[in-house]
Amino acid sequence: MAYIFNDTQMAEFKRLVSRYPEGKQKSALLPVLHLAQESFDGWLPTEALDYVASLLQIEPIEVYEVATFYSMYNLKPVGKYVFEVCQTGPCMISGSDTIIDYIKQVLSIQPGETTKDGLFTLKLVECLGACGYAPMMQVGKIFREHLTKEKVDAIIAEYRQTANNN
Amino acid sequence: MGVKLLLEKANVPGIRSFEVYRREGGYRSVEKALKEMNPESIVEEVKKSGLRGRGGAGFPTGMKWSFIAKPEGVPRHLVCNADESEPGTFKDRYLMEFLPHLLLEGLIVSSFALGSSDTYIYIRGEYAWIPDILEEAIEEAKAAGFLGKNILGTGFDCNIHVQRGAGAYICGEETALIESLEGKRGNPRIKPPFPAIQGLWMRPTVVNNVETLAAIVPIINMGGDEYAKIGVGRSTGTKLISACGNINKPGVYEIDMTISVEEFIYSDEYCGGMKGGKQLKACIPGGSSVPILPANLLLKTAKGETRYMNYESLSDGGFATGSMLGSGGFIVLDEDQCIVKNTLTLARFYRHESCGQCSPCREGTGWMEKILYKIEHGKGSISDIDLLWDIQRKIEGNTICPLGDAAAWPVAAAIRHFRDEFEWHVNNPELSQTSNFGLQHYADPIHVPA
Repeated sequence: MAYIFNDTQMAEFKRLVSRYPEGKQKSALLPVLHLAQESFDGWLPTEALDYVASLLQIEPIEVYEVATFYSMYNLKPVGKYVFEVCQTGPCMISGSDTIIDYIKQVLSIQPGETTKDGLFTLKLVECLGACGYAPMMQVGKIFREHLTKEKVDAIIAEYRQTANNN
Repeated sequence: MGVKLLLEKANVPGIRSFEVYRREGGYRSVEKALKEMNPESIVEEVKKSGLRGRGGAGFPTGMKWSFIAKPEGVPRHLVCNADESEPGTFKDRYLMEFLPHLLLEGLIVSSFALGSSDTYIYIRGEYAWIPDILEEAIEEAKAAGFLGKNILGTGFDCNIHVQRGAGAYICGEETALIESLEGKRGNPRIKPPFPAIQGLWMRPTVVNNVETLAAIVPIINMGGDEYAKIGVGRSTGTKLISACGNINKPGVYEIDMTISVEEFIYSDEYCGGMKGGKQLKACIPGGSSVPILPANLLLKTAKGETRYMNYESLSDGGFATGSMLGSGGFIVLDEDQCIVKNTLTLARFYRHESCGQCSPCREGTGWMEKILYKIEHGKGSISDIDLLWDIQRKIEGNTICPLGDAAAWPVAAAIRHFRDEFEWHVNNPELSQTSNFGLQHYADPIHVPA
């Protein structure tokens, strides 16, 4: 695919840059990388990083060092739905191990892997700030909380349905 | 019912909208501050209130504000730290999600006090749906004349911008947050210079936590002196506590810092007691980095006095027998929980989140995780426990930012109070993952409420 923003994405890019004083456009790098990741299949190949560098008029290395530092930027292809399951203390004591094992079993994948149909990726992550609603996972922009095996089944069915409809 | 200053209106239907928030008395503090007060008198009220930073460090807010440099012709900035990432802490999320206008109100008053015309909210990237809520609230406030140019005809201009992070606990440290806001890796800066002198884009900057800024609203409305009457000692006002773990009612609670830890855990107004009627084993009372305490030292101090939910009482006894109020992330562990495993997950968290600048933290957090993994999986030796102690001691105090301390303290406290549980793992390798050390020895007498 071509790594170029369309008109809507470009308008959003301009809005992001406008928040900062003139000459400080590099400040928009994190939000612009989010925008790029959302626009380009959920991950950031080198071409996308170079494109962001050219838009912000900064060196490519300035983008690479940021993209590799923050855990939310995917530098490899991921499935359509990424299950980011929290495994830190508060979730662990509330049963996240059981949920992680269950997801591995029903999707037949290990953490870091994607299902053959390209729909689901399992990622183990550290605390997402939903400790009171544990166990939990992030899928795209939202949190799925108070997870049980039944809830995991329902969530997987829901995303399969959505994918089928598209 | 205790005093509620922040969450009083949280359950009013539609409070997220400007219209309802305003009808319920919202934005009065902006009118008062901008029309009847000046920046100096606002800082004075905040000093009088005794408000301490609610992000975890507890530094007096009024004093922090008074440090801001005011060089001629250089813009100043207020930055709201919404990078809430300390395990156990989810109170700022609650405020932003359900009371966005309360935060904006506090931000406008604070921006006026500090002379910030471009104020930034830096929110953790994973809270991906909240920027939309905040931006909608900003548009509403702008339309009503509380943001933008010439606010309420006073000549004060202020814009609030929301920036998402991208997954890095370290960006909760204020200089790392500033770096990130400048579009860089979140590597903390060496201080001095402090942000109050050279912060965002090398301009004078104040970074405050979400809850701290929300607390400015009641302080202006009621006056610093009245605010200081709530609470006890140097723990003035109210504090949000996010409670989680093995309790009946996890959630965000506002307390006035005069209640006991026992009341907080067992009363129906707050945590509602232990889930499934289990016994309390241990608790991390102020976010994952503060020392874990066994039940007996949590409910009473070493001197046998009742322990209260405030800065002074929770730290009574220092790290030998006390802990900290920290960010208010209250993690409760029941009799079925394994201290070694819990410590391992926290060590893994800090290894994952170390920015890698300082060797003691970058290397030490990795070693701690590896050794804890060995012990948890029945492959450790007694000397590993001593090695673990030695490593944590060599990290603490030897790094640019407090992440090193935050990584060292949970390990130190776990060994300090639960060494026999670590030894049990070493001596019973075949049992270390299949059964549980339980409530033996260390927490005697375990307090069981009637």
